[in-house]
Amino acid sequence: MNPVFEVSNLRKAFGGLAVTNDVSLAMAPGDRVALIGPNGAGKTTFVNLVTGNLSPDSGEVRLGGEAVTKIDAVGRVKRGLVRSFQVTRLFQDMTPAEHVGLAVLQRDGKAKRAFGNFLAMSDVMTEVDELLGKLGLASLMHRRVSEIAYGQQRLLEIAVALALKPKVLLLDEPAAGVPQSDTGRIEQALADLPGDLAVLMIEHDMDLVFRFAKRVIVLAAGAIIFDGLPADVTRDARVREAYLGSYANASHIA
Amino acid sequence: MALVMNSENERLQHQRRFSGDLIGITAIVAIGAIGYFVFPDNLALLTRMITIALLVLSLDLVTGYCGVATLGHAALFGSGAYAAGILSAHYGINDPLLMMLAGIAAGAIAGLLSGAIILRAHGLPQLVLSIALIHLFHEFANKASSWTGGSDGLSGIAPDPIFGLFEFDLYGQTAFFFGMTLLLVVFVLLRFLVRSPFGMLCRGIRQDPLRIRAMGGSPMAALIRMYVISGAVAGVGGALNAISTQVVGLDSLSFTQSAEALVMLVLGGTGSLFGALSGTVIFMLFEDYVSAANPFHWLTMVGALLIAVVLFAPKGLFGTAAAFVRRRKEARA
Amino acid sequence: MQTVFSIAVDALAYGMVLFVISIGLSVTMGLMRVVNLAHGAFAMIGGYIASYAARDLGLGYAAAVIAAVVATIIIAIPLERFLYRRIYGAPELTQVLMTIGITFCVIGIANYAMGPTLKTIPLAGALQGSADLGFRTIPVHRLFVILCGLAVALALWFAIERTSFGVKLRASVDDAAMAAALGVRTEIIYAVSFAVAVGLAAFGGVVGAELLPVEPYYALRYMVTFLVVVSVGGAGSIPGALIACLLLGAIDTTGRYLMPEFGEFFFYLAVIAIICVFPRGLAGRVK
Repeated sequence: MNPVFEVSNLRKAFGGLAVTNDVSLAMAPGDRVALIGPNGAGKTTFVNLVTGNLSPDSGEVRLGGEAVTKIDAVGRVKRGLVRSFQVTRLFQDMTPAEHVGLAVLQRDGKAKRAFGNFLAMSDVMTEVDELLGKLGLASLMHRRVSEIAYGQQRLLEIAVALALKPKVLLLDEPAAGVPQSDTGRIEQALADLPGDLAVLMIEHDMDLVFRFAKRVIVLAAGAIIFDGLPADVTRDARVREAYLGSYANASHIA
Repeated sequence: MALVMNSENERLQHQRRFSGDLIGITAIVAIGAIGYFVFPDNLALLTRMITIALLVLSLDLVTGYCGVATLGHAALFGSGAYAAGILSAHYGINDPLLMMLAGIAAGAIAGLLSGAIILRAHGLPQLVLSIALIHLFHEFANKASSWTGGSDGLSGIAPDPIFGLFEFDLYGQTAFFFGMTLLLVVFVLLRFLVRSPFGMLCRGIRQDPLRIRAMGGSPMAALIRMYVISGAVAGVGGALNAISTQVVGLDSLSFTQSAEALVMLVLGGTGSLFGALSGTVIFMLFEDYVSAANPFHWLTMVGALLIAVVLFAPKGLFGTAAAFVRRRKEARA
Repeated sequence: MQTVFSIAVDALAYGMVLFVISIGLSVTMGLMRVVNLAHGAFAMIGGYIASYAARDLGLGYAAAVIAAVVATIIIAIPLERFLYRRIYGAPELTQVLMTIGITFCVIGIANYAMGPTLKTIPLAGALQGSADLGFRTIPVHRLFVILCGLAVALALWFAIERTSFGVKLRASVDDAAMAAALGVRTEIIYAVSFAVAVGLAAFGGVVGAELLPVEPYYALRYMVTFLVVVSVGGAGSIPGALIACLLLGAIDTTGRYLMPEFGEFFFYLAVIAIICVFPRGLAGRVK
């Protein structure tokens, strides 16, 4: 299958320190990939290069076959590259319905309409109802975000991303900060993501990685040191060294 | 089942908002009528209130809904006033509706210009830009005295009767009703605007512009657009000022006027059209009373009022009252 | 040549006055993150007090300067305690409103108490007249102002870089929470810095009264000038503020000499241009 998302030979250095060092990867529709790496491995920089918030020193990012390296962050979102945030960035005094409604309107280029209330636009509302219903947020749709629980805010974060109908979704630690009791809902939401969507999840929680990902990429010191099946990752010597350093003989990754 | 309940819910909310519109319009008309019967000899004050209310509504669009702190908003108002005035005084075009159009256009252009400059920076530099901008407009109008009359003010404005029927009389009756009509029209349009997708987009930008970018939206373009709309609204106020008083002074382009508009907005409560309106009315009644009693202390009183609002009613009078009513309702429910 | 020289001297003197007044604003903004629009009002209060002390009480120039600085600080202490402390960390709009409220009050009271006219501060005999530099003569007062500016810059540099107070101050500017965790009493640092800032403003208001005349609308007239120094120079940066002051002094003075009719117009235009080119200030620190 043709890759929907492709990164080739991406490089970025900050004052001589290579933070992203010749990174290449490709993803096809339906891929479920987890990107892991120890702290300081350059995951955040990589995400920023991919989303267009940083520009690379060299290399290329392609979306659906089109080079988007020169296109800014907003343009990449419009082309179907959507991210969620590690710390929820929601509008505290707006409701879930308004969040998803705004995302749908934005996607369809209708967010600049100065007339009409989206609550009365049946096509938008059908989508809002459906998305929030699927994620179990229907009963909260007209509450303010500041009044709903953190786990529900994380679900809303996913709902907003999905409302943009992405081709490629970058999930930045979707379960971070969520109490244990709520992680089940989030994992369910991740399992229910559309089948043709390519998902790249940045995650620390290895349990979640093993349940979600069909493929794991390990980043260390700005370079990819492993790209393969989840089952093989813990056995890889370089991965063990990157995580455990001189304790590489220990039997488990903590 | 859930879906049915939601649409029901949404229809109810919709109805409630619609009745809010009706209440708002009724309130404006009622307050206008009370003013008309209580101050029959001072319709000029009421008309001035309407013009300033339009300026404050306009400011609310950028400050309350978009979160842009500006101390230079009178630039938009004054541009509208001068455009309407110059059309009449220099070109002899005295049709009040054409003058109004000129005011709207000039306000929108000034809004575009101000927005393009002020939105380039954030925080303190943004504030400094807005102050420098209003001084620049003021200096420009002062120096271009062959067009604006400089510090003497622009006189010789003589608007024709509206539709050739309603003459602007000495008592200010026509000006008052003209102003009330404009205010109602603007208010209804703005109610639509702030609840539209675009209004929602702007509220989102105020809270987190980066999030809006991650949703594929462009905050800069939206804010500039809002600035143009805001300029048109301020232009209505400016033109109404020129038409009703038949002079335009440099004070309509001043820092003080900008700061006072911000005071009125904050007094009423930002981010709400009713807040903007109530703040204007209360402030101007206060001004009328205090400046008649003791003109020396006017500025001191404004300053003290401002400090009091910041300390004791940071959401503004309307905002505080609305929050109180909402809490009461929730407590009962 | 004579004109160029006098413009240069005046610009330098003007820039130094701006520096003395605004540097306190810059440090407090860097430290407490308060957008203080009322800073110019303290310079104005200083000017009024010095004028009153020199003309009505018959004090000498030096005594008047000291009286002005001390009295202004005394006036500012309750304001810091009861008003400013409430807005540390508040949203920008709140800070703007509070401080503009204070400015309006000060203007109103000054207008009422001192009248709307300009107030002069008689100079000491030694500061009147001209000094002969060999090839040119310049007014002694200008020289005095320039020296004051340099002295303030040096003293501040020493206090911030070489004293233990300076270490605590820099730590608090960088990260107030961390400094507090390390045992720095940040509220004392805040109060002392605020007092020093106000004292410098008053000092600048007095020695600069020849260049920035004292009248009730002083606080509004120069508000943008002081603020632009901070936003161009970068809050908390002494070299940034110095460069910004000299630059603005040069623009303003040149404009007034060469195009007296349009001086202010070009000054504001220059302010807008500078901020548009350097929206994060000359130092260009990203927040």
